[in-house]
Amino acid sequence: MNAKTLFEKVWEQHEVVPETVDTPAVLYIDLHLVHEVTSPQAFSLLRSQGLKMRRTDRTLATMDHSTPTDPDEVFGRVPIKVESAARQVKELEKNCREFGVELLGLGSDHRGIVHVIGPELGATQPGKTIVCGDSHTATHGAFGALAFGIGTTEVGHVLATQCLLQRRPKTFAIDVSGQLADGVTAKDLILAIIGKIGVGGGTGHVIEYRGSAIDALSMDERMTVCNMSIEAGARAGMIAPDETTFAYLRGRRFAPQGEAWDKAVAAWRTLRSDRGARFDRVIEIDADRLEPMITYGTNPGMVVPINGSVPARDGDAVHARSLAYMGLSGGEKLLGKPIQVVFVGSCTNARLSDLELAARVMKGRKVARGVRAVIVPGSQQIKHEAEARGLAKIFIDAGAEWRESGCSMCIGMNGDTVEKGQYAVSTSNRNFEGRQGAGSRTLLASPATAAAAAITGRVTDPRNFLAEMKSAVHS
Amino acid sequence: MQPIRIIESKTVVLPYTNIDTDQIIPARFLTTTTKEGLGKLAFSDWRYDSNGTPKSDFVLNRPESAGCSILVGGHNFGCGSSREHAPWALLDYGFRAVVSTEIADIFRSNSLKNGLLPIVVDETTHQWLLNNPGAQVRIDLEASTITLPTGTAIRFPIEGFARYCLLNGTDELGFLLQQSDAISRFERARA
Repeated sequence: MNAKTLFEKVWEQHEVVPETVDTPAVLYIDLHLVHEVTSPQAFSLLRSQGLKMRRTDRTLATMDHSTPTDPDEVFGRVPIKVESAARQVKELEKNCREFGVELLGLGSDHRGIVHVIGPELGATQPGKTIVCGDSHTATHGAFGALAFGIGTTEVGHVLATQCLLQRRPKTFAIDVSGQLADGVTAKDLILAIIGKIGVGGGTGHVIEYRGSAIDALSMDERMTVCNMSIEAGARAGMIAPDETTFAYLRGRRFAPQGEAWDKAVAAWRTLRSDRGARFDRVIEIDADRLEPMITYGTNPGMVVPINGSVPARDGDAVHARSLAYMGLSGGEKLLGKPIQVVFVGSCTNARLSDLELAARVMKGRKVARGVRAVIVPGSQQIKHEAEARGLAKIFIDAGAEWRESGCSMCIGMNGDTVEKGQYAVSTSNRNFEGRQGAGSRTLLASPATAAAAAITGRVTDPRNFLAEMKSAVHS
Repeated sequence: MQPIRIIESKTVVLPYTNIDTDQIIPARFLTTTTKEGLGKLAFSDWRYDSNGTPKSDFVLNRPESAGCSILVGGHNFGCGSSREHAPWALLDYGFRAVVSTEIADIFRSNSLKNGLLPIVVDETTHQWLLNNPGAQVRIDLEASTITLPTGTAIRFPIEGFARYCLLNGTDELGFLLQQSDAISRFERARA
C-alpha cells in the first residue's frame, strides 16, 4: 500500500469525483461555517437562481467580523453604530431564517469568532473538510481537518451543492524539533516560520506541522499555529490528531457521543502521515532556538526576535516603502519603542489560554499612561469563563477595556480601530497597511508580549515579566 | 460572467511585492451586501488622501491609466484575505487581467470565478513589464499567450477547466449542479 500523507487521506475520503486532466475534483464539504461579511451575495445568488440549500445540517452561521463589541450595541440596548454593519447583521438573520440555517446570532451565548466557536462546539473534528468565506479557516486544521478559506462565489457553491471544484494542492511538511522555551509561545513559533519561508512560501501547498514541539502544544496553541498558515500563503495547515485532540473534543455539543465516540476516535487515529509518505517540500525548524518574535513591517513575514533590529536593506525600494509607512529605520531596535495601543484578540489569539497568559503578565499592574489596551475574547463562552476565573477583573483593574467577542480591532470593520500613525502591539494575524484602521501601524506579537507592552507602554521582552513571576512563586 | 478571448490594452504597473487584499480593497468597505460599485474603492488608501481627494502621483490617478485593463503587480499579488470583493473591485474598475510572478491561491480562485484573468509569467517577462509601464500588451486566452510590443509571445499556465469557463463565460455552479446524482451516491455511501 502506498504511504500517504495526512492531507492525502482526508482529501481522498472526500472526492465525490476525482480530478482528471480536464476537470478538477468534486470535493465534498463536511462543515460550512458562514458569517455576515462574505455570505450576503452568495445567498442572493441562490435566490436569483431559485436554488435551495443542499445541507442546512452541515452549515453553521455566526456573526463576528463587523459586529460591535460594546455590550449595549450587542444586546440591542442602543442601535449598532456602524450602519452598514447593522444592515449586514440583519441580512444574515434574514438569510438564515429563509434558508433554515442555524444562526448563533448577536444575542446567543454561543456566538463568537467563527474559527473559535467551530472547535468550541465540537463541530470541528479530525478528518473533516471544513470551509468558510474567511482565509483563517486554516485554524481548524489543528484538529487534523482539511480546512481552508473560500470566496463568496464558492460559498454559494457549497450552499447549493455541499461541494467545491478543487485542484489537488501540493504538500509541505514543517518539522519542528525540540521544545519552545519559557516565554516563547505558539505565536512566536508561527511568526518565526513565516519569517523563514516568507509570505508566499506556502502558496499552492497544504502545510503539515509535525515534530516534538508540535506534539507538546495544547489545542489552543495548535490553532494559533494553523491559523496563520495563510500568512505564509498556504490555504490550509494541518496537525495530526492525537490524545490532546480527543481530550479537547470529548463531550462537546457536536462531538460524537457514547459508542459513536469510540468508533470516531478509532477512525481518527488512522489520520496520520504514514512512515515514508512523500511531501513535495520539507523544512526543519529547531524550536529550542526560538525567541519571542515581533513584526516590524507591513506583512507578517517582516519579523524579528524581540531583541533584534529592523533589517536594513539598502536599495530595496519595497522594504524602504514599508519602513516609511511604519515610521521605522533599518538598524533600529524595536525594544523600548513607545506604543499607543495594545490589542489582545482575534481568531489567532483570543482563546482562554491566550487571555490567561496576558492576565499573568497584567495581574496587579496598571496599563501605562497614554496606552489604550483592548481585550476582546474570542467567543461569548470564553468571555464568561474568563469572568468566572477572575481574568476579566485583572484586565479591568489594570485599566484595560474588556469587551464582547468578535473580530474587532484585528480587521477594524466595527469601529474598533487604531488611529493613523499609532503603534499597536497586536495579537492578531495581519500587519498590512491600514489593516487595523487607515494609517495604523501594527506590530504582531504573542499575548505575553502584547500584555507586557501594555504595562510598560513600550515594546518589551515578556520574559522579564514571566521570569519575575516565576521567582516570586519559588521564593 | 463575461467571456474572455482577447484582451488588448496598455498596462498599469504597481511594482510592489506582496500587494495584499487589504490594499486592493480595505476591510472597512466590506460591509456591502452587493458586488457592485467597488471599483471606485479599489486601492483606496493608496489612491485618495484622508479627505478623499485623489493623490495625483498614484498611478491609477494619472491620465495615461484611464481605460487600461491589464494590471501588472509585484510577486505574490493578492495575498491575505479571501474577500472576493478584491476581484470585484478590480473588475468594476475596469481591469480584466492581473499579471505577476506569483498570485495568491484564494485571490486567483476568486478571480477565475469572476472573469478576471490571473496570469503568472517568468521573472524575465515580469521584469520587462515592470520596466515598461504603459506597454501595449495582447493577451490571447485560447492560445494562453501574452504578447509584448516587442513581438515576443510568452505562454502562461492556466488550468484547462478554468480556461474553458473563462472562454465561454460559464460559471462552475452549473457543472457542480450536474453532479447531483454523484453527490447523492457519495452521501449515501458515507451515511
